[in-house]
Amino acid sequence: MTYTIKGATGEWEVVCGLEVHAQVTSEAKLFSGAATVYGGAPNSQVSPIDAGMPGMLPVVNRECVAQAVRTGLGLEAEINKVSVFERKNYFYPDLPQGYQISQYQHPIVGKGEIHLDLEGGDTKTVGITRLHLEQDAGKSMHDAQDGASLIDLNRSGVALMEIVSEPDIRSPDEAVLYMRKLRTILRYLGTCDGNMEEGSLRCDANVSVRQVGEDGFRTRCEIKNVNSMRFVARAIEYEAKRQIELYEQGGDVEQETRLFDSNKGETRSMRSKEEAHDYRYFPDPDLLPVELTDDEIEGWRAGLPELPDAKKQRFIDDFGLGAYDAGVLVAERATADYFEAVAAKAEPKAAANWCINELGGLLNKAGKGIEQSPIAPDQLAALLALLKDGTLSGKLAKDVFALMFETGDDPQKIVKDRALEQVTDMSSIEPIIDQLIKDNPGQVETYKKNPKVIGWFTGQVMKATGGKANPQAVQQVLKPKLDAA
Amino acid sequence: MSLDEATVARIARLARIEVEDDRLPELARELSNILGWVEQLGEVDTNAVEPLRAVMPIPSRRRADVVTDGDRQADVLANAPASHDGYYVVPRVVE
Amino acid sequence: MTASLTDLTLKDARAKLRAREISSTELTQAYLDAVARYRDWNAFITETPEKALAMADASDRKLAVGEGGPMEGLPIGMKDLFCTAGTRTTAGSHILDGFTPPYESTVSGKLWAAGAVCLGKTNMDEFAMGSSNITSYRGPVASPWTKRAENKPLVPGGSSGGSAAAVAGRLCVAATGTDTGGSIRQPAAFAGICGVKPTYGRCSRFGIVAFASSLDQAGAMARTVEDCAIMLEAMAGFDPHDSTSADLPVPDWTAACAKPVRGLKIGIPKEYRVEGMDPEIDAVWQGGIDWLKAEGCEIKDISLPHTKYALPTYYIIAPAEASSNLARYDGMRYGLRVPGRNLVETYGKTRGEGFGVEVQRRVLIGTYVLSAGYYDAYYLKAQKVRRLISDDFLKAFEDVDLILTPTAPSAAFREGDKMDDPVAMYLNDVFTVPSSLAGLPAMSVPGGLNGDGLPLGLHLIGKPWDEATVFAGAAALERAADFDVVPYGLERAA
Repeated sequence: MTYTIKGATGEWEVVCGLEVHAQVTSEAKLFSGAATVYGGAPNSQVSPIDAGMPGMLPVVNRECVAQAVRTGLGLEAEINKVSVFERKNYFYPDLPQGYQISQYQHPIVGKGEIHLDLEGGDTKTVGITRLHLEQDAGKSMHDAQDGASLIDLNRSGVALMEIVSEPDIRSPDEAVLYMRKLRTILRYLGTCDGNMEEGSLRCDANVSVRQVGEDGFRTRCEIKNVNSMRFVARAIEYEAKRQIELYEQGGDVEQETRLFDSNKGETRSMRSKEEAHDYRYFPDPDLLPVELTDDEIEGWRAGLPELPDAKKQRFIDDFGLGAYDAGVLVAERATADYFEAVAAKAEPKAAANWCINELGGLLNKAGKGIEQSPIAPDQLAALLALLKDGTLSGKLAKDVFALMFETGDDPQKIVKDRALEQVTDMSSIEPIIDQLIKDNPGQVETYKKNPKVIGWFTGQVMKATGGKANPQAVQQVLKPKLDAA
Repeated sequence: MSLDEATVARIARLARIEVEDDRLPELARELSNILGWVEQLGEVDTNAVEPLRAVMPIPSRRRADVVTDGDRQADVLANAPASHDGYYVVPRVVE
Repeated sequence: MTASLTDLTLKDARAKLRAREISSTELTQAYLDAVARYRDWNAFITETPEKALAMADASDRKLAVGEGGPMEGLPIGMKDLFCTAGTRTTAGSHILDGFTPPYESTVSGKLWAAGAVCLGKTNMDEFAMGSSNITSYRGPVASPWTKRAENKPLVPGGSSGGSAAAVAGRLCVAATGTDTGGSIRQPAAFAGICGVKPTYGRCSRFGIVAFASSLDQAGAMARTVEDCAIMLEAMAGFDPHDSTSADLPVPDWTAACAKPVRGLKIGIPKEYRVEGMDPEIDAVWQGGIDWLKAEGCEIKDISLPHTKYALPTYYIIAPAEASSNLARYDGMRYGLRVPGRNLVETYGKTRGEGFGVEVQRRVLIGTYVLSAGYYDAYYLKAQKVRRLISDDFLKAFEDVDLILTPTAPSAAFREGDKMDDPVAMYLNDVFTVPSSLAGLPAMSVPGGLNGDGLPLGLHLIGKPWDEATVFAGAAALERAADFDVVPYGLERAA
């Protein structure tokens, strides 16, 4: 099970920790009243505070603090009742104040953990080192003008949560599972929309390698800009192999920041001639420490939704689902909610099966999320009822389901309109069976030697009825007639 | 603490202040002088002292999550040395 | 006739305006004439005569119907550190060239809302860093004061030097100042006027160009204690846009000025009796002690043991905060841009040419003390000593109501004196910096003249949020001192 990379000198292990920047879901920015919505005209969501104008002062947004604490609670983490905003000083044209307000020595959230669902139903715990609040920077566009860059400060000052994991991740796949799980938790909590395309969730990976059996950690590199699930795995794998190759050639890994180039699928050094950063952190004298009361924290805790791990366990315990199915269903809160709505009116295992396989398959093919499903949970439950009471055969049910997906109609309507009810009235089927036996004496003989041939007769009856006959009922009539023939 | 010219040059680069080489000796002398003077704080025993974090102990406040500003691109860019199409124009940022 | 108009105190001018004996337009015009006449003092960076007359006219309309705020129709100077919407704001620096704020500072906004008339933006040390107003990119300010015997220009003190010169020289009825380590009180002392710095958090810092955020406070400068009280009432108050602004009501400080001081306990800190102290300073201090004793105050010797560490502490914390606060002046979004061959060069040239030598010195010191490996030894250490200094005061205030000290260790000096050695220059703030570090309210009032005929200031420090007692004590000193000397520069020029 353990992921290793085979090198010339032996087996190597990957050691990885992730730093995720998650945009806090809020109306306004962390320290100003400008809007956070994505995609506005350049510099249209900027207050003088975000533009670093003289004399402008920050005042912290209550909701951003609450969201960070909610996230901390969702990560089963320690909440620090006193946290301090500090200034991280560096010059960059998209950083208007000349410093980023961040938390350094005293983050709002301390140690926590995330449980990964591995294949085969196992789980693995990855430690969370800390979560802190900070401001996002603006956006630079480098190639729009000759010798110049263009700056848009709409993102400047938007609240981010930096979520740092322990170096507990041991494979590219685990890194992806971690990102997926973190995204799931954030989306459940409603504290970050998890949209990687819009940059709401960004990831840097700290990667090092060591030989299997080796203790301690070797030098790590920080890989920046791994901003899709796909790239997370590729960047880590590439970087691990690069480091192994270096070691095996007698070289050494230098601690540095590297950039993942998604076009080439490789990492490259970001080292410039500029000397090492010296951020000169110090507590921001414009802001007082953030102080949380027990009442506040407990209030936020009480308001938390059921989280994916708890929901998964409940699905297993209450609905008798397997760990895998339960895991798939809880990955998105909307899917879990959909399933529960179906399971409230139908047999849960069948509901899970249909949600995952049939509905999941059609949605996937249509490129839609569960929120856009043309089939409402009640409609799926109604279909499952028709299946259960024998009105529809399994095959017919799937056909009806496809039609429901296409039209959005209720299953009852589709069945009625197209006269698709399963034929249970044997009086209309008996003549067909009699005729069949009469027309196929050879097959009847074969049946006498091999009773399995009853299946062929059943198939013929089904064909003749356009699939509307109930196969079990057909066989009940068919068998005595064949035996008597 | 005596600052040498190389240190002053490094600090100046960190502060993004261009300092002509011929000013370095004088600056090194002045800054060393100031630092030498402030170092008398070393005499004070502060082992059991918490650093001052808020000048006046007032309760910390948080504002409501409401959009109250924005939609003033012209204001934002009015003082810009250069702007284009709603953007600030700055010297090319070398990656 | 005009001269007497500009000689009126704020309180008297307000009474005459309300009684409609004079109009704001008349008063404003008199001040505008004075500003023009004494332009060579360089007290104003930007004069706003049209705006002033328009505001005066609006005030007259209100006064005509018996309306108007507590500062209605009173022409004031606004230190050029306060951002004023539509009026350029320079902070005395080259680097803010061409900058016109699209917003108004809370304090200036409150003053305009109270009816004050803006004569212009007063000169100041660059980014408020200085004690003599000689670091201004817009040139030094000449004090209306000279020695009695010689007609050579003296510095007005700093950093609120333009405001001090304008108030002392009758170019405005009052002016705003800001005080980080003494920038209101020291120039007030040099100029023979009153200057009050309230408790940190009393006046909003929103819209004031930041020097050192944990120390900066706005305050009032005027020719009488009561004038300062009236003006400070209009400036103070809670502002939700400043996280360090205190949500407290503004007391009636004007009334406090008339409060008897009998029974007040006045602390005299022995550590302020520094070695080599000018005997004339000592004498004026003793004079203050005697006056308060005569008014029925109880004089108590107290100890503020960490006083000698206040200046070094200040000269770590203030430059550290300044180095970060001034990072935004990078030539990208407003102000000066000096193009280089690339971004890094543009930064370097803009900040190299845009900042003067004293600002550069402090930014460099601040950068150094925050840099990797030095933070604990300098900045953290300084914040710990700062707590000890603050605790000294709080402990002393268990026994006394006010602390009396001199405002500055010397009278005004000539430009060029004390300039060679930054540390010698920093010593100007030796008596004002400790209370700044502790965030306490403090005020300078004229205590008399030295042998050269130059004003010397007395300095009262109060308990947190107890400006009222500071005003009461200051008013008592003012009555006893009966200081009514007009600057000689003004007489000679007139």
